[in-house]
Amino acid sequence: MTQIIEGRTKVAPAKPAPEALKDDSMLKQKTMMAQHYDRLTSATQNNEKVCATFVPGNLNELIMCFDMVNNLPEVNAIQNGLRKKSGGFVMEAERLGHSEDVCTYVKSDIGMIAKGNIAPNGKPFPDPDLLLLSYTGCFTFMKWFELLREQYKCETIMLHTPYEGDGKITQNMREYMVKQFKEEVIPKLEKVSGVKFDIDRLREYLKASAKAEDDLVYVLQSAKNKPSPIDAYFGGIYYIGPIFGAFRGTQDAIDYYKALREEVEARVKAGQGPVTPEGNMGKEKYRLVVEGPPNYTSFREFWKMFYDEGAVVVASSYTKVGGVYDFGFRHDPDNPIESLADYCLGVYTNRNLPQRVDMLENYINEYQADGLLVNSIKSCNSFSAGQLLIMREVEKRTGKPAAFIESDLVDPRYFSAANIKNRLESYFQMVDQKRGPSGVAA
Amino acid sequence: MSAADKIIQTCLELHEDLDFTAARKWKDAGKNRKVVGYMPIYVPREIIHAAGMLPLGIVGGGDQLEVIHGDAYYQSYICRIPRSTIELGVSGKLDFVDGMLFPSICDVIRNLSGMWKLMFPDVYVRYFDVPQNYVDHIGGNYYRQELVELMEGLEEMGQCKVTDEALKTSIAAYNDNRKAIRDVYDFRAKTPWKAPAGDVYLLTRAGLVLPVDDHTKLMRDWLKAAENEDKPLRDNCRVVLTGLFCEQPPLNLIKSIELSGCYVVDDDLLLVTRWLKGDVSTKGDPLTNLALAFLHNSESTSAKYEPDLKEKGQFLVRAVKDRQAEGVIFASPSFCDPALLDRPMLQHTLADANIPYIAFKYAENSGQMQPIREQAGTFADTIKLWSEAS
Repeated sequence: MTQIIEGRTKVAPAKPAPEALKDDSMLKQKTMMAQHYDRLTSATQNNEKVCATFVPGNLNELIMCFDMVNNLPEVNAIQNGLRKKSGGFVMEAERLGHSEDVCTYVKSDIGMIAKGNIAPNGKPFPDPDLLLLSYTGCFTFMKWFELLREQYKCETIMLHTPYEGDGKITQNMREYMVKQFKEEVIPKLEKVSGVKFDIDRLREYLKASAKAEDDLVYVLQSAKNKPSPIDAYFGGIYYIGPIFGAFRGTQDAIDYYKALREEVEARVKAGQGPVTPEGNMGKEKYRLVVEGPPNYTSFREFWKMFYDEGAVVVASSYTKVGGVYDFGFRHDPDNPIESLADYCLGVYTNRNLPQRVDMLENYINEYQADGLLVNSIKSCNSFSAGQLLIMREVEKRTGKPAAFIESDLVDPRYFSAANIKNRLESYFQMVDQKRGPSGVAA
Repeated sequence: MSAADKIIQTCLELHEDLDFTAARKWKDAGKNRKVVGYMPIYVPREIIHAAGMLPLGIVGGGDQLEVIHGDAYYQSYICRIPRSTIELGVSGKLDFVDGMLFPSICDVIRNLSGMWKLMFPDVYVRYFDVPQNYVDHIGGNYYRQELVELMEGLEEMGQCKVTDEALKTSIAAYNDNRKAIRDVYDFRAKTPWKAPAGDVYLLTRAGLVLPVDDHTKLMRDWLKAAENEDKPLRDNCRVVLTGLFCEQPPLNLIKSIELSGCYVVDDDLLLVTRWLKGDVSTKGDPLTNLALAFLHNSESTSAKYEPDLKEKGQFLVRAVKDRQAEGVIFASPSFCDPALLDRPMLQHTLADANIPYIAFKYAENSGQMQPIREQAGTFADTIKLWSEAS
C-alpha cells in the first residue's frame, strides 16, 4: 500500500531503516528495474537471448538492435551490495580460490553464481548467450569475462577500447574501434542472435539516447544552483541508473529523464535542496565535489553522514563512469558507429589523470564547491591508483581543501563508519576554517 | 672466482646500483644522447635503439630502496612497484632519463603514466597501448600506427630521424640478443645445476641497463664459461615459476626457491627480454614486422586477452612439458590484478593436466624468506614423493 503525499510517494520501509522517501522519478526507475529483471529472468522461456556487458562502454543501443537483453554484472553486484548480500558472495569467491586482493565486484559476481545465481527478483539469472567484453577503462573487465567465459563457455566478443594516454582521442583509436565494431562485434552479435543488423534501427535508438542525455545533463548541471536541488553523488547514482544500465536508447529512458528534469526544475523554482531518504535536506552548508565510487553495503548510512551535516555533493566523477555527457558529447545518429566508438573512448575511467584533474578542477570552479572529497575504493585500481596526486593537484589549482576517505564498493569488511565519520567531521571543520570568520560558503 | 662468477658479480653490481651509473655513463659518453625508461611488460626496444637512444628498464626499487615519498602517493592496497618507481623519480635517481614509457599491463601502471606527466612535465611520457585484437588488419594496423606515433615522439624528443635501415639494424641486434637469452634459458632447462636461477635472473636483468650488443656478448661469455664449469647435481625437483612478470621479487626469494629444493627451469621474469619468441624479419617494412611479431609470436601472459578458451593457460602446460618440469609455482606480487585475477583460471588448467602447483604472494621488499622456503620445500618433497610413488 502506498500513499501519495504532495506529489511524492511514501513507500513501505525496508527494516530496520526508517522509511525512505522517494520521488516519483525514483519510483518509476524502481518499476523499470523490476521489469528489466523480470524480462531477464524470463529470457529463456521467452526465447530471448542474453548479452552480458559492462557499464563503462555499455553498448545498449547496439544490443537492442539484435533483440537481446542486456545484463550488467556490476549492476547485479551493486544490487547485492545494497541488499547486504555481497559480503557473503565475496567470501564465497575467496573460498573458491580468488585472491583477497582483487576487485570485489568480480568476487560478488562469482560468489553469486556459486550460490545459485539468483536475481534481485528472487528468480535465477539465465546463463548469458554472449559476453560482450567491452574492455573500456578497466583492466579487471578483461579477466572478469575470461572467468565468466570459463564458467559459461559461451561466445565472447573482445572490444578493445584504447586508453586516452595523451588525453585525446586519435583517429587511429577511432578507426581501430570502428573496424572492431564492423568486423568483429556486429557479425558476432548477428550470429548469436540470429538477427540481421539494421543501421537505421541503431540510428533511432541513438536519437533516443541523445534526447535522454540532454535531460540528464540538465539535471546534473542544476547543481550549479544555490542551494543545489540535487545531490550529484548519492542522488546522482539514482539519476544515472537508467542511462548507464539497460535503458539508454529506450522510450522508458526518455520518459524517466523528462520526469526527473521536471521534478528538478520544480525544486529549483521553489529554491529547494536535494531529497534525501529522510525527506528534504536542511540548510545547505557545504558544497562538495566527490571523486571515486561510493560504498554500496552501507549506502544510506554513508549518505546520512553528509546530509546530517548539511553537505551536498554538487558534482562527482563516478556519475561519469558510464559516459561523460556534460562536456558536450551526445550519441550521434548521423555517425552511429563512430559515435559508439567516441562514447567508449570518452568514459571517465578511460581518460588519463591530467584529464581527470582538469575535470575535477572545472567542477570545483563551475559548481562553486567548497572542496574535493576523494572516496578511495580498495577494489578499483582504475579509479584509485593516483587519487592522492589528483587530490593534491586539485587542491593546488583551486585553493580549496581536499580530503581522503577509504572504503569499498561491495565488501562490507572495508566500510568503517566511525573512521569515515571522523574524517568527514574533521574535513567540514577544515572547510569552515578556510572560509574564515564570515563562515560564508564559496 | 670463476669466469662465470665474475660475470655474475658484474651483473649483481648493476642490479644493486639504484643510481643507474652504467646508463648515466652511456649518456655522458656522447653528445645529445638520450635515455628512455620503460616499465614492464613490453615495449619495442628496437625503436628506441634505432633512434640512437638507450632503452632503460625500470622495474621498481627492489628491496634495497627505502620508500619515503612514494608511499605518500599510494593507498595501502596498491602494489609496491609504482611507489618505489615514484621514489626513484622524486629522489632524482631518474633525473637523467629523457623519456618514460608505461606499457599496457594494468590500471596502476596505466595511471602512473598520467602521474608522471603531472609530476615530470619536462620528460617525454607515453602510455604504450597494445592491441587486444590479434587480427592483422584490425589490431595489427592499429598497433603499427601506435609504433609510428611512438617513433615520431622519440624523433621529436631526440631531434633525430629514425630510418628503416636503422630499424632493421636494431631488429637484428635484438634478434641476436633474444637468441642469446633463449640459449641461456635452454641451457638452464637442460642443466639447471649449472645455471642457478639467481644467476640467470641477474644476467637477464643486466639487459635492462646495458646497450643491447654489450648484453648479448655478456650472455654469450657467461654461457661459454658456465658450460665448462662443473657443479654438483642436487636432488631437486624442476619447477616453472610464474606470475612475476611485473613487480620483481627480491633476489633472495629466487635463490630461496632453489635452496629449498626446486630447480627453476622456466619463468616469466623480465619478459621484455624475450617477449617476441622468434626472430623478427629484417626484410620489408620493419614496423609491420614488429607488429606481426607482437600479434602472432609473442609470449602469453596474464596482461593479454586469450581469445581462445581452449588455449587459456596452455602456455604453462607447454612450458612444463617442454622444460620437463614437475610443477608450477605461482609467485604473485600482492595486489597484482593481472596475476591474481588470472591465477584461478591458470590453476584450473594445470589441475586438468594433472600438474601440481603452489601459490604465494610477495612484494619487492619482502624480507622474510623462511615461510617461502618452507612452502617451496614442502612442494618439492611432495613432488618427489609423488614421482617415486608413480
